[in-house]
Amino acid sequence: MARGVGIEEPGSDKVKELTVEELRAKYGSGLAVQSEENMLLSMGPQHPSTHGVLRLLLELDGESVVNLAPDIGFLHTGIEKNMESKTYTKALVMTDRMDYLAPLSNNLGYIMAVEKLLGVEAPPRAQVLRVILTELTRIASHLVWLGTSALDVAAMTVFLYCFREREYLLDIFEMCAGQRMMASYFRPGGLWRDVPEDFEPAVRRFLDFFPERILEYEALLKENPIFLRRTKDIGVISAEDAVAWGMTGPGLRATGVNWDIRKAHPYLTYDRYDFDVPLGENGDVYDRYRCRVREMSQSVRIVQQAMDSLPYGPVLTDNRKIAPPPRSELGRSMEAVIHHFKLWTEGFSAPEGYVYQRIESPKGEFGCYLRGNGTANPARVHFRTPSYVNLASLPNLARGLMVADLVAIIGSIDIVLGEIDR
Amino acid sequence: MGVEQKLGNMGVVTTRLEDLVNWGRTNSMWPMLFGLACCAIEMMSMQAAHYDASRFGMELMRPSPRQSDVMIVAGRVSRKMAPVLRRLYDQMSEPKWVISMGDCASCGGVFNNYAIVQGVDEIVPVDVYVAGCPPRPEALIDGIMTLHEKVRGEGMKDWA
Amino acid sequence: MSDVTTGELFYQKVNQAFPGAIDRAVEFRGEHTLVIRQASLKDVCLLLRDNEELACNLLEDIVADDMLPEFPRFAVNYHIYSIPKNHYIRIRVPVEDPDDGPETLAAVWPIASWLEIEVWDLMGITFKGNDQLRRLFLPEDWQGHPLRKDYPLGYEEVQFSFNWQAIDAKKPYAKD
Repeated sequence: MARGVGIEEPGSDKVKELTVEELRAKYGSGLAVQSEENMLLSMGPQHPSTHGVLRLLLELDGESVVNLAPDIGFLHTGIEKNMESKTYTKALVMTDRMDYLAPLSNNLGYIMAVEKLLGVEAPPRAQVLRVILTELTRIASHLVWLGTSALDVAAMTVFLYCFREREYLLDIFEMCAGQRMMASYFRPGGLWRDVPEDFEPAVRRFLDFFPERILEYEALLKENPIFLRRTKDIGVISAEDAVAWGMTGPGLRATGVNWDIRKAHPYLTYDRYDFDVPLGENGDVYDRYRCRVREMSQSVRIVQQAMDSLPYGPVLTDNRKIAPPPRSELGRSMEAVIHHFKLWTEGFSAPEGYVYQRIESPKGEFGCYLRGNGTANPARVHFRTPSYVNLASLPNLARGLMVADLVAIIGSIDIVLGEIDR
Repeated sequence: MGVEQKLGNMGVVTTRLEDLVNWGRTNSMWPMLFGLACCAIEMMSMQAAHYDASRFGMELMRPSPRQSDVMIVAGRVSRKMAPVLRRLYDQMSEPKWVISMGDCASCGGVFNNYAIVQGVDEIVPVDVYVAGCPPRPEALIDGIMTLHEKVRGEGMKDWA
Repeated sequence: MSDVTTGELFYQKVNQAFPGAIDRAVEFRGEHTLVIRQASLKDVCLLLRDNEELACNLLEDIVADDMLPEFPRFAVNYHIYSIPKNHYIRIRVPVEDPDDGPETLAAVWPIASWLEIEVWDLMGITFKGNDQLRRLFLPEDWQGHPLRKDYPLGYEEVQFSFNWQAIDAKKPYAKD
C-alpha cells in the first residue's frame, strides 16, 4: 500500500490511507503510481514556496521525484460565470483579480477583446499610454517573480530589493488610477481618465534609476556559484516538448523558440518601437531567469521610446454609444445626457459573434475569448491564462530531480494561482 | 489559568501580570503565512522594507501553524479551500487570533457566487476585519495595531 | 491579424483532404473560423499539424460554449496557432449531447488532455478517450457543471439595513 496520502473519513478524525488502485481511480492516470515502494507526499496547498495555493501530489523515491500531479482549484473564483451576469464595463473589475501580479495586463487583454467585438478603436494617446502602463506592469510582475523565486533559492536580499522598486511602480499606478494594484484603468474605447501631470516626471525618474538596479540584482545572482548550482541544467525542457505542451512566454523563449506576440502580431503601437526579444538556449531554470531579467531591460527601452513619442489628444473615443461623454458636456447637450443615462443604467450592447484576442502578458500568451449576444452582458467569457497551460509542463520538467530542485522549478515557471484557477 | 482560581483577584499583582503577559504576546506576534490571493502580495509588501512589519514584532512569517500566533487570512477562500483553512486553524496552538484581511475574506468581496465563501467568519472566528481590495499595507498595519489593542485589553479570564 | 488568403488557405486544405467535414466557414472581425463536424475533428487536426504549409504546432486553448436557446446547444472551440508560419485558425465543433463529445486530441497535441479536464469540470462535455477527466477546479463531491447556462450563479442576498437581521440570523457563523 502506498504510504502517505490519505483522505479523512467524513465526520471523524481518522485518516484512511488509500491503496494504489483507489488513488488511481481518484486522480486518474495523471498520477500513475509507478511502484508500491514509493512514498506519496502531498505538497501544499499551504506551503511557503508554492507561490499560492497549489497542491502537488509527489511520488517520491527517497528524495527524488518520480512523478507528480498538480491539484489545483483552491482559488477557484467562478470569475467566468460571474462576468456573465455583469455588464462589460463592470466585468472589467473582475479581470484584475486573475493574475494579480500584472493586473493591467489582464485588463488590456479583456478590453482589447471587447473593442474587437464592438469594432471600436482607442485614440492614439490612449494606445501609447496603454503600452507604457502595460510595460511597467511587466516590470512589476517580473520584480515579484524575481523576489519570490530568489527567496525560494534562499537569496533574501533580492526579495527586499525587488519590493523596494515595486513600491515606486505602485506609486505610479496609484497616481493614474487611484489604486495600487487592481487599477482597472482601461475602458472600452480608451482609458478611464488622462494621466496627471506628475506622471511623466515620475516615469522618467524611474527609467533613470532602474537600469542600474537590474545590474544590482544580477550582481547578486548571475555569477553566484550557489545560484548557478541550483539553476543550471535543472528543469530542462526541449523546444518541441515546450510547444507540444503549450508553454508560452519566457519559458518557451528560454528553449530558443523566437515567438513573442508583440513581434509576431503587433497590437497597440508595438510595431513602432525597437526592442529585442531575449532568447535562451538550454531551456533550464537559469535560462528562464536570464530571459526574464533581460525582458525587464527591454521593457525599459520600450517605455523610453513610448514616452518620447507620446502624442497629445483625447484618451477616450468619440463614439458616445460606448464611451461616456465628459461631465462638462452634460450641462449643454441633451444627447450627452441621454448617452450618459443609457450607459449608466443599461450599458452598451455588443453584437452577436465571438472573438479571441491574444496579448503577451508577462507570463506568456494571455487570450480572451468573448462572445456577445446582442445584450449588455457578455454571453461567454473565457481566459486562456498562461500559468494554467505552463503548469501542465511541470511533470516533464521535474521528473527525476530532487524536491529542492522542484522548488526552484516552480519558481522559474512563474505561476500565479489566481490565474490558474480563475 | 489557575492563578485566578487559586489566589483570587489580588488587585495590583494580577493586573501587573496581565500587562506583562499581554505585552509579551503583542510584541512578538508571529503571523502564519496564509496568503491566498492578491491580498498576499500586499501582505508581502508590508513585510518588505518599505512598510516594515518587523518593527511591530512580526519579524518572520511561519508557515507552520504550530509556531504562529495570528492567522492573517489574506485573499479569497474558495469552497475547496475552506476545510483546509479550518484544519489549519485547529492546528494552531492557543493563544491564537485571526485577522481577516481584505474584502473577500471579510464578506466575499467582489465575488458573490457559488465558488467563494462569503466571509471567512463562516469558518473561523475573526478578531479584526481589514477592509480594502486589497487593503494598503498601512491599512493592514492599522488592523494589526487594532488587534494589539484588543490583546492588551484582555484580562486573565480571557486567557486560554 | 490573419488576412483573407490565410483563411482561404486553411479552407482549401481542409476541404481538399476531407470534403464533407466543414459545415461552414465564418469570418468575423478579421478572424477565421471553420465549423467542423464532430466526427472528423481528429483527422482535421492531424492534417493541420502535419501539413507543411499549415504547420500548426501550438494548441492555444480549448473553449467550450453553451448557447442555451440555440440548437446544438454546446460548441467547443479550438484555437490553433502555427509558430513557424505565424498564422492561426479557430476550429469550432458543435456538440449536441455533452456526454458524447468530440474525441480527445491528446495524441495530436499533448496539452489537449490538460485543457479538456477544465472543459469537463466546468461545462460537462465528455471527451472520448480522455481518462483523466476529473474534478479539478471544484471539490470532488460537487454536483453539476457551473458554467452551463441553467446552473444558478449561487449568490448570497445582499444585506441592506432593512433585511440585516433576517440574513444575519441565517448566516452560519463559526462559533469558536
